[in-house]
Order: sequence, then C-alpha cells, then structure tokens
Amino acid sequence: MARITLDHIRHAYGPNPKSDADYALREVDHEWRDGGAYALLGPSGCGKTTLLNIISGLLQPSHGRILFDGQDVTNLSTQARNIAQVFQFPVIYDTMTVYDNLAFPLRNRRVPEPEVDRRVRDILEMIDLGGMAKRKAQGLTADQKQKISLGRGLVRNDVNAILFDEPLTVIDPHMKWVLRSQLKRLHKQFGFTMVYVTHDQTEALTFADKVVVMYEGQIVQIGTPAELFERPSHTFVGYFIGSPGMNVLPVQLQGNAVRIGSETLSLDYAPQAAAGAKTELGIRPEFVNIGREGMPVTVNRVEDIGRQKIVRATFAGQPIAIVVTEDSEIPADARVTFDPAAINIYANSWRVGREG
Amino acid sequence: MEKTWNNKAWFLVLPVLVLVAFSAVIPLMTVVNYSVQDTFGNNEFFWAGTDWFVQTLHSDRFWAALQRNLVFSLIVLALQIPLGIFIALNMPKKGIGVPICLVLMALPLLIPWNVVGTIWQVFGRVDIGLLGHTLEAMGFDYNYVRDPLDAWITIILMDVWHWTSLVVLLCYAGLVSIPDAYYQAAKIDGASRWSVFRYIQLPKMKRVLLIAVLLRFMDSFMIYTEPFVVTGGGPGNSTTFLSIDLVKMAVGQFDLGPAAAMSIIYFLIILLLSWVFYTVMTSSDANA
Repeated sequence: MARITLDHIRHAYGPNPKSDADYALREVDHEWRDGGAYALLGPSGCGKTTLLNIISGLLQPSHGRILFDGQDVTNLSTQARNIAQVFQFPVIYDTMTVYDNLAFPLRNRRVPEPEVDRRVRDILEMIDLGGMAKRKAQGLTADQKQKISLGRGLVRNDVNAILFDEPLTVIDPHMKWVLRSQLKRLHKQFGFTMVYVTHDQTEALTFADKVVVMYEGQIVQIGTPAELFERPSHTFVGYFIGSPGMNVLPVQLQGNAVRIGSETLSLDYAPQAAAGAKTELGIRPEFVNIGREGMPVTVNRVEDIGRQKIVRATFAGQPIAIVVTEDSEIPADARVTFDPAAINIYANSWRVGREG
Repeated sequence: MEKTWNNKAWFLVLPVLVLVAFSAVIPLMTVVNYSVQDTFGNNEFFWAGTDWFVQTLHSDRFWAALQRNLVFSLIVLALQIPLGIFIALNMPKKGIGVPICLVLMALPLLIPWNVVGTIWQVFGRVDIGLLGHTLEAMGFDYNYVRDPLDAWITIILMDVWHWTSLVVLLCYAGLVSIPDAYYQAAKIDGASRWSVFRYIQLPKMKRVLLIAVLLRFMDSFMIYTEPFVVTGGGPGNSTTFLSIDLVKMAVGQFDLGPAAAMSIIYFLIILLLSWVFYTVMTSSDANA
C-alpha cells in the first residue's frame, strides 16, 4: 500500500517534443491517496494508459518524478516497484494450467508453496474458476482468460497499488457487474490503492471514490461523482459526464449578468474572466425547467427514454437538451428557466468560480 | 458442423490434380516402373519383381549412406534450431536495425546451392582458401580433401551458414507477432528472462519451429549439391549421402533398376520421418 505522488510528469513518445501537441501527457502533478480507489476516465487517446504505464514503470516519463510514500521510484524497474497491473486484453500463459497461471507471480517472488496454494485457492473461488484449476489455460473463452488475468493481479496482497487498464472490456455485462462489486469489496477488505482506467462513465462512477477526468493529455478534474456532476471544472467534463451532457452556450459577461443572444440572465455573483476570453454558460439538462414561464424556446423533438424524456430544443439560436419526467407536459409555446444554483460559467473552457 | 456434399466441387480440384499428376505422380510412376524391371538398354525390359528392393535393403553401401544421412541431419538440426532461436531472440525489434538484419539474414538463402558449394570449396582449400590457409598457418592440421572429420566439419559449417537464416527468419516472424502486453504482464508478474522465454516466447514460436524443423530435416536429409561440389562424396565414401550414392548408381553406373528401388525407399523414409516429427510435435496440442 502506498501513497503515489506524480511530480510534474510529462511524457512524449517522440524523441524531440516541441509543442504541447507532441506530448501524450502534458503535465500531471498529483497525489494518489494511500488506499484510495481512483477511476481514470477519458476518451480514447487522452493519455490514460500512458499515465498508468508510467506509474507501473513500464514507461519512463520524459520529465518529472514518481514517488511512492515519498520515495523516488522513477528509475526503479516494474518489478522493484511491486505493482500489479491488469491489461485490457487477456494475457495468459498458454502452456500452464489455470492454477499455475495464478501461482506464477507468487512463485516468481519465492512465496512459500503452502501460502501460494492458500492464496491461489482464494482467488480461484473469487473468479469462479475453481473447477478448472487443473485445466490448461489455452482453450478457455475470452472472459475466462480475462478473469485469470484479473486473478493474477489480485493474487499478491502486498502490492503498492493495483492498476486496471479497462479490464472489463471483454467481459459480458452480467459478469462485469459481479466482478466490479467483488473488486470493490476486495478494496474495502485490503485497502490497497487502486487505479482503474475506463472510458465508461457508469463504471467509473460506481467503482471509485474519486474520479479523475483526463482530456488531451492532462487531468481536467478530480472529484467525487457528485462534484463532477454539479460543478464540472472544464466544459469537457460537463460534456463527458452525464447523459445527455451539459448544455454549453456561448455568452457575454456583463458584471452580475450574462447575455445569451437576446436574453439576459442575472446571477448572484460576478464571474471574472480575462478580457477576450471565450465565455460560456453551462447548465445540465436536469436543471433546465420547461413550462409557461421564463425565456422563450422552440421545441424540436422529444425523445422518450423510459422514466424520463429528453426535450431537444432551440434556445436563443443554440441547441439545448432538457430532461423532464415522463409524465410532465410540454406546452405549445414553451418557456424555460435555469436553476440559478446549477449555472456554471466558463472562460476558455475552464470554470470561473463564485470566489473569483 | 454438418458437411455439405456437392460432387461438382471435385471439378474445381481437377486442374491441380492434372498439374500434380504431370509434375509428380507420373514421374514417380516411371520410377516405380524401373524399380520392378531390369534393362540392358535398347528399350528392352525384363520383369525383376522385388529383387532390386531386396538387393538394396541387403546392401551395406545403402545402410552406410543412410546412417551418414541420419547423423548429418541430426547434427544440423541440433545446431541450427538452437542457434536460429538464439539469433532471432537477439535481433532488434524496431528501428533501422530490422531491415539491415533481415537483409543480412536473407543473403545466404538467395545464393544458388552449387555456388554455396563452390564458395566453401574454395574457402576451405589449404593452398588458397581463407579458412583452410589460415587454419594451416595457425598450425592446425586441417584438410577436408584428406581427412573425413575435416570434410564433415566443413560440410556441416557450410550447411549451418547456408540454412540457419531460415530458422532465424521463421522464429523472428513468430516473435514479432507476440503483443507487447505479454512482455508487460511478465514484468508485472516478476518473471525472469528464462520464464519469459519458456512461457511466452517458446509457446508462441512453436508453430513456426515445427515448420522450421520439418523443412530443415527434409532439406538436410535430401542434401546433394553442396557436398557434391565440395567433397564429391569423399574422402573415400565418408561424405557419400544417399542422394550422392543414388546419382552415382543411376548416372555413373547406369544401374536404373537398383537406383529406382533405392529412390522409392529413400522417398518413403523421408515421408515416414517427416510424419513422425509432425505427429510428435503436434501431439502436445491435442492433449491441452
């Protein structure tokens, strides 16, 4: 178990990075709390896997240091860092039995055989492959193989951290659920630091206490699922978390008020933005109220998604989405109001807070 | 899955059958024809039955050559397979080194066999050859024309030089097909260099190694041109392999009947041994 500090990490795959665009990881300066469960969330190619491989030591960062409990491990090998990592696609040792596959990381570290046996049996039971212990791993199905990969990551209980790189991609939905809750339970039981890469927001939000959202090689926000939902600190977070994503409308700031097209909305604070910055207003579809009062809006389409309806409308020339309950009525000359507490103002895509 | 029977499909195989018939089956049948008859020229043939086969199987000359063939193939496999794996493991995986290594490796394979023989024939000569002359100058009593052991060493070295590349290229193809994730997982699991080889690289190379062993066995067992050029089967009969003996008998002595019988036995031995190799090497897959 360890606290992991990423000290100004930058990484470029090419030899001579010049601009920001050459960096797969632009700058990450962050600390992962000992025993925390973090989900790394972001679109494909945003640097999640790069960051993970830097933590496990499979990759050397171009700049910066990594510290485990304050100790610099930047130049230590993967093995010396004592990290477990599970990859996106199953990696199994074909010629070994299921049992030997699971015992492999322990035997390599010269764990006494009775202890190996005890732990392997625990894991076999957990991943529900007890009956296959003596089988060769070769002919198994993809999700059985991935369960073995997962088991190999979990079998060592003295690791500094366990890193998961989208481990449930190849697992069928039901089993995904079971494994996810088992991971959560194990985390509670042993308290290891856990970093879980995914591009599936449901997975991230149910799994982790802290979600780290990455976008274009940098961390744009770290927070609890509620914080990400209510106060996205970057328009990307607003767009990426939630379904449908946050409405982002270009606005002009006028002291305590904002202008959207011909409409003016007053706020209870004065957002500060640098002159010439691109200013936007963000409001989640859940906090837009549609009714007979407020600002005029043109309803284009209503999508029924079960217990809720999504109203696609045009407001001040911009498309917006509004979430309403299933039984709510949408008047012919609809009008909208924004919940003032749920409004976020962005300058150059970054949120400008109430504090200043 | 249920098989669909469509007898018209046989017509699709017909062109290949005709081609194979003309290129392989019909020539083979003429050999069968010779092997059961005796001839003294003038296109006169007399029925000989199994006489030539019996004679060949009772001939010391045949068994001695067969033994030399087996020893040669075993030595060649024992050297080329491990050496090929070793070189393949140490070849660069990316960068400018890859094409350079691949071209260097492919070079020996591109040289015509009799040229390879000539190269080594000259290379090993004591009077002008780089290898032969250097060894002699250093005080070694090396002479492949006189000494059977030296002749064998020369021929084996030549075959290793000529054909190890094939094993290297096949193994290399197997190695580069292993995804990076396997090596990464092995690092995470704390696997040693040997474990990585034993549990990741070797299993992934198994299929290409099977092909390499089969090809190298068949080719080395049928070797003719290179030793013929270098030693001509000598000194004495020490490097006379079955193929060389066969040509001596058929072309030199014009004993067509015994030569044909020997050809067929030779062919059956190669077929049998290749089948044994294949069965042994694929059997571990079956009980997985």
